[in-house]
Amino acid sequence: MFSPSHFTAVLLFGVFASTVFGITQRETPQRMIRYGLYCFSLFVGSAIVLSWVMYLIAR
Amino acid sequence: MSSIPNKPVPAAPVQQGFVFLPLIAGWLVPGAGHFLLRKWGRGALLAISIVCMFAIGLAMQGKLYSNAHDILEMLGLLGDLGSGLLYIVGRAMGLGTDSVQLTIADWGTRFIVVAGLLNVIAAVDAHNIRTGRKS
Repeated sequence: MFSPSHFTAVLLFGVFASTVFGITQRETPQRMIRYGLYCFSLFVGSAIVLSWVMYLIAR
Repeated sequence: MSSIPNKPVPAAPVQQGFVFLPLIAGWLVPGAGHFLLRKWGRGALLAISIVCMFAIGLAMQGKLYSNAHDILEMLGLLGDLGSGLLYIVGRAMGLGTDSVQLTIADWGTRFIVVAGLLNVIAAVDAHNIRTGRKS
């Protein structure tokens, strides 16, 4: 059984979803890469921010 | 100033055949719609992303939805069906039948559903390329 940490799971999810979003939502390769990186940073960044929010609420 | 001779502009290749073939192929096999349209790089990246996401979901002991008793299960089943043959082969091999008891298995179930949804997006993208809406 593969049991990654929560953060590793977020990274894996972000990599795969951003790849598909980048390829399907933009026309040129350069814009695909930029949009994929943008989506990846949003996935990971929002996970980190929400984690801190939940941590602070729980205290 | 020299005049530029008029060169005959080659006509855009008219694609023959069934318009929905890339859509159906892309749904059944991740990336196949793009392969049919000779978009090898895009197809390979889409196939790797979707198949890996589906396989990792199964490796995390995620569940493959098999019935639609309530609305949430129905939505999960719809998402799973988006994976096309991956879902059918997985069910045929008896994968993802265990009930979800661990947090990691719950994440795995989400991975599988999202892999199906991403595959639908990829198949629609292949259809858009086929119809000329996207290059």
